[in-house]
Amino acid sequence: MIRFENVTKRYGKGREALRDVSFEIDTGELIFLTGHSGAGKSTLLKLIALIERPTRGQVLVGGRNIGRLAARHIPAHRRQIGMVFQDHKLLEDRSVFENIALPMIIAGYRQREMRGRVRAALDYVGLLDREKQTPAMLSTGEQQRVGIARAIVARPKVLIADEPTGNLDPDLSLDVMNLFRRFSEVGVTMLIATHDLGLLDRVGGRRIVLDDGAVAATDGQTQPAT
Amino acid sequence: MNAIVNYCIRHAQNCIGALGNLVRQPMASTLTIAVIGIALAMPSGLNIIVSNGRALAGGFEDIRDFSVYTKPGATLAQAENLRGRLDDDDLVANTRLISAEQALEELRTDNEFGDVVIALADNPLPHTVVVRPIPKADPEKLQILTERLAQDPLVDIVRLDTEWVRRLNAFLELARRAVWIVATMLVGAVIIIVGNTIRLDIQNRRAEIEVSKLLGASDGFVRRPFLYTGFWYGIFGGCFALLLLAGSLWALSGPVERLVRLYGGGFTPLGMDGATIALVFAVGLAAGLAGAWSAVARHLAAIQPKV
Ligand SMILES: Nc1ncnc2c1ncn2[C@@H]1O[C@H](COP(=O)(O)OP(=O)(O)OP(=O)(O)O)[C@@H](O)[C@H]1O
Ligand SMILES: [Mg+2]
Repeated sequence: MIRFENVTKRYGKGREALRDVSFEIDTGELIFLTGHSGAGKSTLLKLIALIERPTRGQVLVGGRNIGRLAARHIPAHRRQIGMVFQDHKLLEDRSVFENIALPMIIAGYRQREMRGRVRAALDYVGLLDREKQTPAMLSTGEQQRVGIARAIVARPKVLIADEPTGNLDPDLSLDVMNLFRRFSEVGVTMLIATHDLGLLDRVGGRRIVLDDGAVAATDGQTQPAT
Repeated sequence: MNAIVNYCIRHAQNCIGALGNLVRQPMASTLTIAVIGIALAMPSGLNIIVSNGRALAGGFEDIRDFSVYTKPGATLAQAENLRGRLDDDDLVANTRLISAEQALEELRTDNEFGDVVIALADNPLPHTVVVRPIPKADPEKLQILTERLAQDPLVDIVRLDTEWVRRLNAFLELARRAVWIVATMLVGAVIIIVGNTIRLDIQNRRAEIEVSKLLGASDGFVRRPFLYTGFWYGIFGGCFALLLLAGSLWALSGPVERLVRLYGGGFTPLGMDGATIALVFAVGLAAGLAGAWSAVARHLAAIQPKV
């Protein structure tokens, strides 16, 4: 579902944030992306969402090379990908319901279908009774769950999350990870960046480890030199 | 079919949503709308005034009176004789003789010149024959008539009374052009006002635009609410302009009626007709959309999501 082939990313004239990265993720897999701060985790996720373009190499999502995708096709590409952000990026002046409905409005769903799906997503993250509140009235963990509900409401094929548990206590973090595991069980391909290694030990699952922009290991094994 | 219905629903939602945004900031919206309304009403009002002036001047077009002044020494009998000859001319509808005495008497009762005239020993004024040609008189034949009159030993000068009509027409043409120039400038001002208002709107909704782009919103999706905002500014600005025009015309209605009575009812003043209303709306709408487009084109692309 997601395939990187010798991908290098350099910001401007600076040093390379990603160096010759190659890996493959199958449909429905749940992969954790780890590595020290500055290793290039966020950069890698940005390439998948086309927030940044690769400098060299190919990024394939669903078999399509998106690295050279024309700008006018980027919105359609992003609508196939759910994104969860560390700072959740909720709109403060909209209700929880409206925040979660936004991807469906963008995708042009009808009102009635939207209502049902937003409620289902809220129910999924356990916030059904909070739909009329604004994000400011929720705790950090609840805001993060609203962000997750928004990421899944339009039923993306791929879900990427950048430090989704960065602001959460260990129990809440585990809850969120268990939510993610349930998505992957229904066939959503997931890539989650985190440096919370303690949490990963409790959750388990395949990992890609980045070290200074290069893949140091996948699944705990050192990647053979290419 | 379904896609078309969806498309229409989305546009309707955006249209109403943009209206909602204006209502949510009543003070700012009202001020913008007022400025647009004034900018649209001014050239429209001036245009109505100039159109009325042209209609009035058009009524004078077939008045081609001229006055024939006798030489200083001419007697009243000679003037009567001149008048008689002119009356017999085929080109002349009627004539009127103003004797030197009558003219002096008129001046004497005039507040400004009265004292000066009383001080005069002799009457310095000539006799005057005012000639009104027949309505369909050939201008060339009239020309020949006036030239021949000017050669007459009894006649001092022949003065066309219609000079002022030509001057008025020239002035009205100038005024008409001036109205167009003012209109062009004010429409430009409306475009700038709407563009600036929407630029601020875009800045205020930056977070929303960024998040929408991250979630896969197309340029069209992000653009639409702002274009509809421009649309509403145009519509409401047009409405306000028409209200201002109606109010101004109402305030002028008293003096206008008096003026019409002075013209013996032969002149119907032009007001706001359908064409004016349609034009004010069309220009308001076009300027609103143009302003919105200019803001959207310059400022929306610059907003790219940062993660
Ligand atoms: N927009 C940018 N412009 C220039 N350099 C950047 C930009 N974004 C990231 N970098 C650089 O690229 C490298 C990788 O950054 P990245 O954000 O991908 O790291 P990360 O693994 O997500 O780190 P963290 O765990 O701290 O979030 C860093 O050296 C960073 O300074
Ligand atoms: Mg990061």
